[in-house]
Amino acid sequence: MIRIDNLKKRFGRLEVLKSLCLEINAGGIISVLGPNGSGKTTLIKSILGMVVPDNGSITIDGRSVLRRWRYRDNISYLPQIAHFPGNLSVTELVRMVRDLRSKESRHPEMIELFELEPFLNKKLSNLSGGTKQKVNLVLTFMFESDLILLDEPTAGLDPISLIHLRELLQRERSKGRTIIVTTHIMSFAEEISDEIVFVLDGKIHFKGSVTQIQDDTGQATLETAIAALLRSSQP
Amino acid sequence: MTIFKILKYSFFDLNRSRWSYAYLLFYLSLGFVLLFLNNDLSKAIITLLNVIIVLTPLIGTVLGITYFYSSAEFTELLLAQPIKRTTIIFGQYLGLSLSLSVSLVIGLGIPFLAYGLFRSSAIFDFALLLVIGSLLSFIFVALAFNIALSRENRVKGFGYAILMWLFFAVIYDGLFLISLVVFDDYPIDRFALIATMLNPIDLSRILILMKLDISALMGYTGAVFERFFGTGIGMTMSLGALVVWCLVPVLRIRQKLVKKDF
Repeated sequence: MIRIDNLKKRFGRLEVLKSLCLEINAGGIISVLGPNGSGKTTLIKSILGMVVPDNGSITIDGRSVLRRWRYRDNISYLPQIAHFPGNLSVTELVRMVRDLRSKESRHPEMIELFELEPFLNKKLSNLSGGTKQKVNLVLTFMFESDLILLDEPTAGLDPISLIHLRELLQRERSKGRTIIVTTHIMSFAEEISDEIVFVLDGKIHFKGSVTQIQDDTGQATLETAIAALLRSSQP
Repeated sequence: MTIFKILKYSFFDLNRSRWSYAYLLFYLSLGFVLLFLNNDLSKAIITLLNVIIVLTPLIGTVLGITYFYSSAEFTELLLAQPIKRTTIIFGQYLGLSLSLSVSLVIGLGIPFLAYGLFRSSAIFDFALLLVIGSLLSFIFVALAFNIALSRENRVKGFGYAILMWLFFAVIYDGLFLISLVVFDDYPIDRFALIATMLNPIDLSRILILMKLDISALMGYTGAVFERFFGTGIGMTMSLGALVVWCLVPVLRIRQKLVKKDF
């Protein structure tokens, strides 16, 4: 279980997280939605320890994670924009990450799933955006972790890979894993989420199931419900 | 140890890029040309000194800042793994500094060995020159990393880094000379001594000149150094000061990392 209390973060003059509080129970897929610049990525990076919060606490299973690093052994993270060292080939990159993390890896299965075999010996700088995103997904899912953080996993993916990603997420979910996803594609969120967290202006404005948000706003789809929430929160 | 793994990857990553070979080739050709033109090991070493104390800081600064910025995404990938942030950054720092030092040592070592360095008494002077060149690489890469850590804006960061190099390599000496002229009537030995300690490039120059024992080239500060400490202690002092010059920016990197957002 993740518990975030009173999280504050400002970058210069910009206050990104404003006393954000959030509790996420173990197991299930949680979609973090919100407009650009609402603090979704900062929230995820704070959980990972990449962003150092100004104030507040983050605990995972009762233990504070701030300034720690060993807890990341049980987290898989998919960064928003995948840039890799261009000199390496896909195989070398996978080997390197495996070498750095002494956990059992299921990369052959993942490489097959995302059909990356033809690209294995290509340099990463020569890959297209979508292919890079698949490499990104392989690196994320090759280790089994209890907590999976995905920042815009659908970016640049072709329909077939998107289907595979959905299946993969369902499989992880059935194993009792906690999966936190940020996305801009509402239909994707609607389909996969057990719970929706709506972030606006550095605060949580809604937390609940898809049906709950639809009932609350009186809308038929998640997309219109989020739009209604956005409109009602504007002064 | 994870830090050695990161060091290894940075090292190999760098050694695969073209500039690494360009840097090596530059020293190779410099070494051969100097020996061919001078036909004298000791003279070649003096010329090399002047090139090394300006060039290693420049290359260290430029590549330090470029490498830090260009590997930002790779650093991000590593930060998501169960690895301490200091381990990641110091691994990269050591990888880059070592790669630069290896280029220097191999690039100059081959021509000098071919020329018959081992049969010459200049071997210790040459070795000291390589040590100083390597130390300067470590110092200026660390300084560049400091700037990169404090400046998110890459263009500004690059500008500051170049300015820093220009300050130590050129401006500092100018200011130093002016103050020597202006305060000519005062006893300024101590000032000169401290002012030299505060610039790693000046410090390196004095150190190698003391070793070469060429008083004519030593200039004012060199003479002050010798008078104050004698050659032996003077050299130990300046070498010690260079090591301090290396440690201070490294410790500051560590301190900066605690609060850094990636």
